[in-house]
Parts: sequence; C-alpha cells; structure tokens
Amino acid sequence: MFDDGPACGKSNSTLLQRKHLNAAHPTRRTACLGLLFMGGSAGFARYFGGLQARETEAANSIEIADGVFVHQGQIADQAPENHGDISNAGFVIGTDAVAVIDTGGSYLAGAALRAAVAERTKNPIKYVINTHMHPDHVLGNAAFKADAAAFVAHHKMPRALTARSERYLRVASEMLGAEAFAGTQIVLPDQLVETSSSIDLGGRSLQLSAQNTAHTDNDLIVTDDKTGVAFMGDLIFSGHVPSLDGSIKGWIETLEKIGNSPAQKIVPGHGPAALSWPEASMPMLRYLNAVANDVRAIIKRGGTISEAVDTAAGGEASQWQLFEDFHKRNVSAAFAELEWE
Amino acid sequence: MANRFWTLALVAALGSALFVWQSPIAKADEDAELWQSIRNDVFGENRQIAEGDGKLALDAPYRAEDAAIVPITVTIPGGIAAKVRKLTLIVEKNPAPVVAAFTFGEAAGLGERKISTRVRVDMYSNVRAVIELDDGSLHMQTKYVKAAGGCSAPALKDMDAALANIGKMKLRPFASKPEGASSPTAEAQVMVRHPNYSGMQMNQVTGLYIPAKFVEHMEVRKGDKVVFNMDGGISLSENPNIQFTYAVGIEGPLSVSARDTDGKVFTTSADVTGS
Repeated sequence: MFDDGPACGKSNSTLLQRKHLNAAHPTRRTACLGLLFMGGSAGFARYFGGLQARETEAANSIEIADGVFVHQGQIADQAPENHGDISNAGFVIGTDAVAVIDTGGSYLAGAALRAAVAERTKNPIKYVINTHMHPDHVLGNAAFKADAAAFVAHHKMPRALTARSERYLRVASEMLGAEAFAGTQIVLPDQLVETSSSIDLGGRSLQLSAQNTAHTDNDLIVTDDKTGVAFMGDLIFSGHVPSLDGSIKGWIETLEKIGNSPAQKIVPGHGPAALSWPEASMPMLRYLNAVANDVRAIIKRGGTISEAVDTAAGGEASQWQLFEDFHKRNVSAAFAELEWE
Repeated sequence: MANRFWTLALVAALGSALFVWQSPIAKADEDAELWQSIRNDVFGENRQIAEGDGKLALDAPYRAEDAAIVPITVTIPGGIAAKVRKLTLIVEKNPAPVVAAFTFGEAAGLGERKISTRVRVDMYSNVRAVIELDDGSLHMQTKYVKAAGGCSAPALKDMDAALANIGKMKLRPFASKPEGASSPTAEAQVMVRHPNYSGMQMNQVTGLYIPAKFVEHMEVRKGDKVVFNMDGGISLSENPNIQFTYAVGIEGPLSVSARDTDGKVFTTSADVTGS
C-alpha cells in the first residue's frame, strides 16, 4: 500500500492539469522512494499512525457558511502544547467529495482536522489543498495519505517547499518535541495550478486562483462558488502580525487587486474564522504600506538596514500579536527588496 | 598576488573550519582552538592581534532577524583610517569563515572610514573585524551574533526574480550630511544582483546542491585612484551590498568592477557632483 499511496498515485481530477512534469517527477519519485525505504518498522508505525488518526480527538470546527467549515488555529509560535496547530484550516463538503484547505503544522494537527471532517460527513476527502508552502499550513498533509486524495497547490509550491523542507522538518521537530512531531513528514502536491482551475465537489465547485508573488511566491486563493467564501491563506493575517516571505510590493498590489471584486466572506490564514473583506484588508494594507513607506524613506536618505529594523513602522507594534517575532524580519526583507527600486 | 593569497586563505580557512565542524560538542576551548586555527591561516602564525583597543568599531546585531542578511558595519576613526591597509571580516563558525577582505587604496581618504555590508551567519558565532595598519600591527573587534541557517537559506524569496536579474548593479552616492559638508570623505553604496550561491543550497528541481558561485572580487575606484579592492567568499549575502566611504576632491567618476567565480565581470559607474 505504501508505494501506491496518494503522494505517488494518479491524479483524480481531469480539470486540474498536471503541469511542470519535469519539476514534479523527481520530487514525487523521491516521495515514493522515501515510502519504500519506510517499508520496515517505520512504515509499520506509519500504518498504525494512520489507523490512530481515526481515533484522534477531532479539532474544533465551525460552519461559517453552508457546508463550509473552519478550524481556527491558535495565534502562537509552534510549541509542544499546541502541536503546531497555529494556523487556520478548513474544509468544504460537496455531495460527492470533501476538499480540505490547509492541514496545520504537524501530523497530529492534520489528524485532528481529518477527525473533524469525519464528524461532519461520511463523504470522502478527495482533495487536500495547500494555500502556500509554509510549514504551519502543510505539515499535516501526511495525515491525509490514507485518503485517496489529490494534493493540490500553486505550481511554484513544490519548488519552494522542497528548497526548505529539510529546515522546516528540523525546526518543527526541535520546537514541537518528539511527541507532537510524531508522524510529521513532507507531502508534496501532485496537482498544480498554473493560473486558475476549478474542482467539482458535487453540487458546488471550488475556484483555485494562483497569485503573483505576495506573502510567498506560491499563494493560492480557494473560493467556494456556492457560498462565495474565499480561503485567503496567509494573504490575510488578522490579529497575528503578517510575515513577509515573498514581495512587499507584490503583496500590496495583490490585495489592492482583490479589493476590486472582493469575496462575500473570507477566511484568513491566521486570526478569526471569518471576516468581511474590509475588516480583513484594511489593517493588512495599513501595516504593509507603513513598512514600505518607512523603509523607502530610510533607503532614500542612505540609512542602513539596522536603522530600518529599529524604527520602521514602529507605530504598528500595539496593533498586532507576535509583533516582536516577525516585524523586524519583515523590515529586513522589505529593505532588501525595496532598495532595488 | 594578493588575489591568490586570499583565495588560498579562504580555502585554508574553509578546510580547517570543516575539520572542527565534525566535533559534536561545542566547548569553550574548542571555540578558542577554532579561532586559533583561523587566525593562523588568515594572518599567519604568531601574529599579535590587539583586541578592543579603540582602533575600530564593529556594529552587528546581537540577535539577527534574518540569518541570510545580517548587517555588519565597521567604522575606523579619522586618525587611524589613514594608516589602515586592510580590513578582514570573519564569521568564525561559518563553513567559510572569511567573509571578505578589503584592501584600501589612495582614494579611501583620510577621514572617518566606514564599510557596511551584509553577511550570512550559519550558526551562533563570533563575528570579527580585523584591521592591519601600515606598521603591520593587527587590531580587532568582536561581536557575538545569534543567527542560524544563513548559509543554506534558499536564494531569494521570489526564486524567479533571483535568476532573472543576475549582474544588475546599482551605484549610489549619498548626499553629504549637512554637518559633514567639509568632511574629507563622502559615502556611497554599491549593489550587485547575484545569488552568491554558497554551495549549501539545494536545487529545488533536481534535489542536488547548487555549486558555489559568488562574487569573488570587486574593485572600486574614484577617477583612476583605488578606493578599495575586495576579495569575497560565500559568507557574503546574496546581492552583495557594500556601503563605503571615499575621498572627496579626486577627479573623475566612481566606478565599480566586480567579478564572479565564473569569470563574469560586471561594471558600473556614477558621476559624483561636487566631489
């Protein structure tokens, strides 16, 4: 069963095209080889890990619209006590199939989400969609390997995740500890979205829209056509300070563009389960513009990156949680980007 | 000659650092041993290095926000600057500890001298700046920097942009500060778009490590006079970025020529009005 699991198996969807075959092949092959090597005791443990998933206590989920459920992660850094459950995840139930959107930051977090789905429906999970490559959104993927699900993401996501996978796993293992990290591994997507595509869940379909570089270089927005709910991934942070791992200019442009025809209701990557577009986008744009404007002014007068890190957008500190953990790094990244303007 | 020396020094330092790298437990005396071996390789055996004697100042963050771009600034006071031949930046625990060596020329000027750049820090490490004066004496400042993973961090956040812009340069003279209107030096910044592959980053498609490829030499001139020559290694951040001072009053433009390990040469120049 291990060499025929979903990570190596065939695509279930005809609507999604498998792009970049050359890029996808080696990584998929690596995943398969990895599984084959696991054929001994580790594979056995993984099999039981899969069985235990059904007995894992279900994550809380709330129905924010008809058939659209959100599990709200904690606003925190990954730690043993939250087993990496630090980002929002969700699932959408159709008459034929269920799509899961993001999987949390560990196998355990993914398994709890999978149990939450089982509480709500008997329909099979056929799609696991990752909104981008960050560990708190993808490290739960392995919990869904027992489902015959397709793993779906932006076409640049496998490249970004592969480049960082070793570090993500090492850091997660250190910060979560052995117990909370157990079973966690990288599962790369096997269906890639070039610009846009849709998947049919029966009675409703999800529109997948690949974005230009913004929060990361592989942000994907998932919109349910039946209710108009859009899962924004980390294009929207609420409460939790944004973290920049793509392009500050691109992020501002992307949010402004989305603002021309926003969704009815959106699900942020971090923060409340659901928000209106104005309440989601206004603080984001205020923060990103404050950083960009202050950094540009410092660059213009020949200031240094250290000076920018200490002063730029300092007024935002009281507006966000985890500000100290991410803000200075955001400023560093913004500086390195904007000095090339 | 100088180039060859520094290439050898980089290779030697890399070799000795890797040797110590294998040691599973980092102990204080092993750290001392590591520094001892690096200083012998880079400066020669039995050279005295005076530490903290006020001949230079080193600014580096205690806790770096991004290990792949840790800002470092060295300032040498006016009275000392005229005697400085060379500045060497070292990140002690990096796989290639020598970040860069700057050899100063006539156009470096006599006023306060400043070099700011960005470095990769692979694990918690001492960062050291060592200057050599024209009497052969060595002087050092050390800062401990908490940062990790800088050498293996993937190149640029937007990977396509990283590849599309190799070789693009920017040279920017800064307007002299009001209080420094009569200062004998002015400040400028040179930037080169280059991934400065460390050899420790993985190719996302093949899963293989990308061979090291970096800006190994840079020469900055004012007119026909040298401001500095820099020999760099993989511990210099991607998109090498150097903010520096130069002497005012020398005819001609500021010009920069940079060369990477593939032998590609990148050049740019800028007219500097009023200096």
